[in-house]
Amino acid sequence: MGFTPVTDQDRQAMLDVLGLESVEDLFQDVPPGARFQGKLDLPEPMTEGEIWPHLLELSSRNANLDEYVCFRGAGAYDHLVPRAIGHILSRSEFLTAYTPYQAEISQGVLQAIYEYQSMICLLTGMDVANASMYDGPTALAEAAIMTCGATRRAKVLAPTTIHPVYRQVAATYLRSRDLELVEIPAPDGVMALDVLKDHLNEEVAGVLVQHPNFFGCLEPVEGLAELVHGVGALLVACVDPISLGVLKAPADYGADIVVGEGQALGNQISFGGPYLGFFAAREKLVRRMPGRIAGATVDSRGRRGFVLTLQAREQHIRRERATSNICSNQALNALAATVYLALVGPAGLKEIASQCAWKARYAWERITALEGFAPMFQGPFFKEFAVSCRGDVDEIDDHLLQKKIIGGLPLKKLYPQLGSGMLFCVTEARTKEQIDALVSALGEV
Amino acid sequence: MAQVPLLFEMGSPGRAGYRVPECDVPKKPLEELFGADALRKEPLPLPELSELEVVRHFVQLSRLNHGVDVGFYPLGSCTMKYNPKINEDAANLPGFARLHPYQREDTVQGALQLMYELGEYLAEIAGLPRVTLHPAAGAHGELTGLLLIRAYHESRGEGDTRREIIVPDSAHGTNPATAAMCGFIPVEVKSNERGGVDLEALKKVLGPQTAGLMLTNPNTLGLYDENILEITRLVHEAGGLVYYDGANMNANMGISRPGDMGFDVVHFNVHKTFSTPHGGGGPGAGPIAVAECLAPFLPAPTVEKDADGKFYLDYDLPQSIGMVKGFYGNFAVLVRGYTYIRMMGPEGLRRASEDAVLNANYLLARLKDYFDVPYPRICKHEFVLSAKSYKEKHEVRTLDMAKRLLDYGYHAPTVYFPLIVDEALMIEPTETETKETLDEFVQAMIDICEEAKRDPETVKTAPHTTPVGRLDETRAARQLDLRWRGSS
Ligand SMILES: Cc1ncc(COP(=O)(O)O)c(C=O)c1O
Repeated sequence: MGFTPVTDQDRQAMLDVLGLESVEDLFQDVPPGARFQGKLDLPEPMTEGEIWPHLLELSSRNANLDEYVCFRGAGAYDHLVPRAIGHILSRSEFLTAYTPYQAEISQGVLQAIYEYQSMICLLTGMDVANASMYDGPTALAEAAIMTCGATRRAKVLAPTTIHPVYRQVAATYLRSRDLELVEIPAPDGVMALDVLKDHLNEEVAGVLVQHPNFFGCLEPVEGLAELVHGVGALLVACVDPISLGVLKAPADYGADIVVGEGQALGNQISFGGPYLGFFAAREKLVRRMPGRIAGATVDSRGRRGFVLTLQAREQHIRRERATSNICSNQALNALAATVYLALVGPAGLKEIASQCAWKARYAWERITALEGFAPMFQGPFFKEFAVSCRGDVDEIDDHLLQKKIIGGLPLKKLYPQLGSGMLFCVTEARTKEQIDALVSALGEV
Repeated sequence: MAQVPLLFEMGSPGRAGYRVPECDVPKKPLEELFGADALRKEPLPLPELSELEVVRHFVQLSRLNHGVDVGFYPLGSCTMKYNPKINEDAANLPGFARLHPYQREDTVQGALQLMYELGEYLAEIAGLPRVTLHPAAGAHGELTGLLLIRAYHESRGEGDTRREIIVPDSAHGTNPATAAMCGFIPVEVKSNERGGVDLEALKKVLGPQTAGLMLTNPNTLGLYDENILEITRLVHEAGGLVYYDGANMNANMGISRPGDMGFDVVHFNVHKTFSTPHGGGGPGAGPIAVAECLAPFLPAPTVEKDADGKFYLDYDLPQSIGMVKGFYGNFAVLVRGYTYIRMMGPEGLRRASEDAVLNANYLLARLKDYFDVPYPRICKHEFVLSAKSYKEKHEVRTLDMAKRLLDYGYHAPTVYFPLIVDEALMIEPTETETKETLDEFVQAMIDICEEAKRDPETVKTAPHTTPVGRLDETRAARQLDLRWRGSS
């Protein structure tokens, strides 16, 4: 039955070796009160031939992005995913392995992690990177905790231009350690350095900044690190890795820790997961980092090889004094990111980032030229922008859906004060024709 | 096998493995859009490679790696069972893989239904009523679960007093690490001579300061704690709640439910119990099931069904602990787990647990004369041996034997865990292995035991046939080389 190859004959042969009558005898140690009687109330089993039509039917009741044109982002992005990635991820040796505890038969995974770490360092300008966190929000949360450990302070500042969900997750993680997330109002779509200054003092462990931020806007990162370092705090930058194809590396504006959502790097959008959080830092912080880290070493014959290293930070060694409790991570998603960067290369990443910027700009110009549609914020933006809309955003959303367009994200749930707003995202995967169709549909409502 | 060069040691300027379509909108100078100050000045020093070079590189790397599809992988506590291929096809259906998480609910009814129903199945398997699918892995489920316990005590005005989480000395490292991460003080409790929780020791540490207890049952020794009902009763009596680490759920499906044992919150490792691939370290999924008293504190949103049979996301949880992750969980992993549960059905799951336990007991019986068995009892889905006599008599350690197993084409068992067993080898065969495989593995273990006596040097210098020889971990930690730094 199912995927269990043990036949009744096998069972008998094994029971004979054990000197037992029946399989039931193996559960004598389960006290009657804890023994489940009867049959689980679950649907009856299906064969492959039976479940496949069911899965097709379930999946067909979703509007998928091959059939609908997506202008929605806000943390999950419809970028082009090179076909080769899926094929490499489906290599059984990667797919069906676990954490590389036995390095000598895990060189494939370990070298790929080392390559991944190297690429994240190149993109961010940081010295060290770990093998992955669960996702962007949890990576930011762990970074916030790290600033507290490194400074022995208990307060972290976060402007409200950081994705609300990222702030919520960071707040949950900080609260759980009796640390505090303080939100800094940023009503103009970017943080104001003078407002930040008012909150900065010697109690602050870290300042978080998302760049480009939730609204797609570029934050005033120049000079930010001087302010933050001035009070002995650390600067955490949460970045879109695609943007780093054209934007300055966070190290160059003084970030101490760089994190972000890596989904855009060759991972399927998959209704929100699995994604990967990337996590990089300055060398001096390496012993405070959460998660697995691979390092190069040599084998008994002096040949290069790779192992998991600095494990004394981790839960299986350090237990309650570990830097984090993370164990399983998002290794296969990190592999996808590595393959992606290897395929697109430096020129490809620059071109993808540039096209995001150009296409977003084109869409912004055309949408904000429509009557009743106006930009919500001034200043440069990368691949997302917020627009205040004429009329009810739900009606607009409805109308676009009828045209098989998934429009900008209505902002009212995440920012009630921006009730008329929609956050549009335009990646390199969109064409001029699709943008024009969006614009004319918007013009019709 | 030849070594594989790093990506950075390959390629040639001007090469690319992927072509981006021509840009069909006006190209504005980036300096104009962003200001020159915001821009990267130097080109990124990423490698430049053709698609074939990239594919070959990763295929070559993959060939240096062991996986369940390559051979037996008896890594205790990790449930390295077969990952059915249909799981992959299911997760890759465009109607699942190509969904934006912020699409309107009426455009993702199939996805929400899958999540809702999976939640119901997990609740039934756990024997607890409510579920959240958010956590990304087991440890993340632990974090979520302990935060629920903390919120529960806070809601009753006991947040400041109930600060201790009791963790057995046999517990996985994530348990005490999670307790600390949630602001609790982990308190260790000893195991008794039968490998279970020592009830007297437990009674001593229970009190008005107790927030809860974390336990896996069967525990990390692979032993079912016969006192489980008494343990959960004692903790409840002291006003604490009990957390079930579901890493070992593969022994219990349809046989013994955590809810029936008295647990209040349970995480599942979907990547273990429900056959989703481990991906070289992840992604997994760590949904949790909880008792009614913890439901008000669950992270938002939960997946619900209205009176008309429409599925929706409920954000209205005023007492929620807050979000623990972006979006709703590792959806594509959940699709795989759903597929598995539907294919197995109730009896298939029970049969899987039975066979997992039978396979483990058979292996234990065949190996018990060659190793020390610290707790000679019926085991559940895994068991722990000790190689301490080989260390004492032949200076061959567990690590050496583990490395020697690699030469025989096997992944090694989990070693040096749990911490309470000297020179531990933790073996979990899973139900998806045949008796023939188990017999071959037994023979390899016996051969290695013989070698340890006759020719210890061969074992101590193993592995010999792997792509690299034994790796110098001390050097890796002392002379940190964590990234490529350019050709030197
Ligand atoms: C007993 C036990 N508890 C908890 C965990 C943590 O689970 P995960 O790796 O999914 O975070 C593991 C797994 O490695 C485990 O074996």
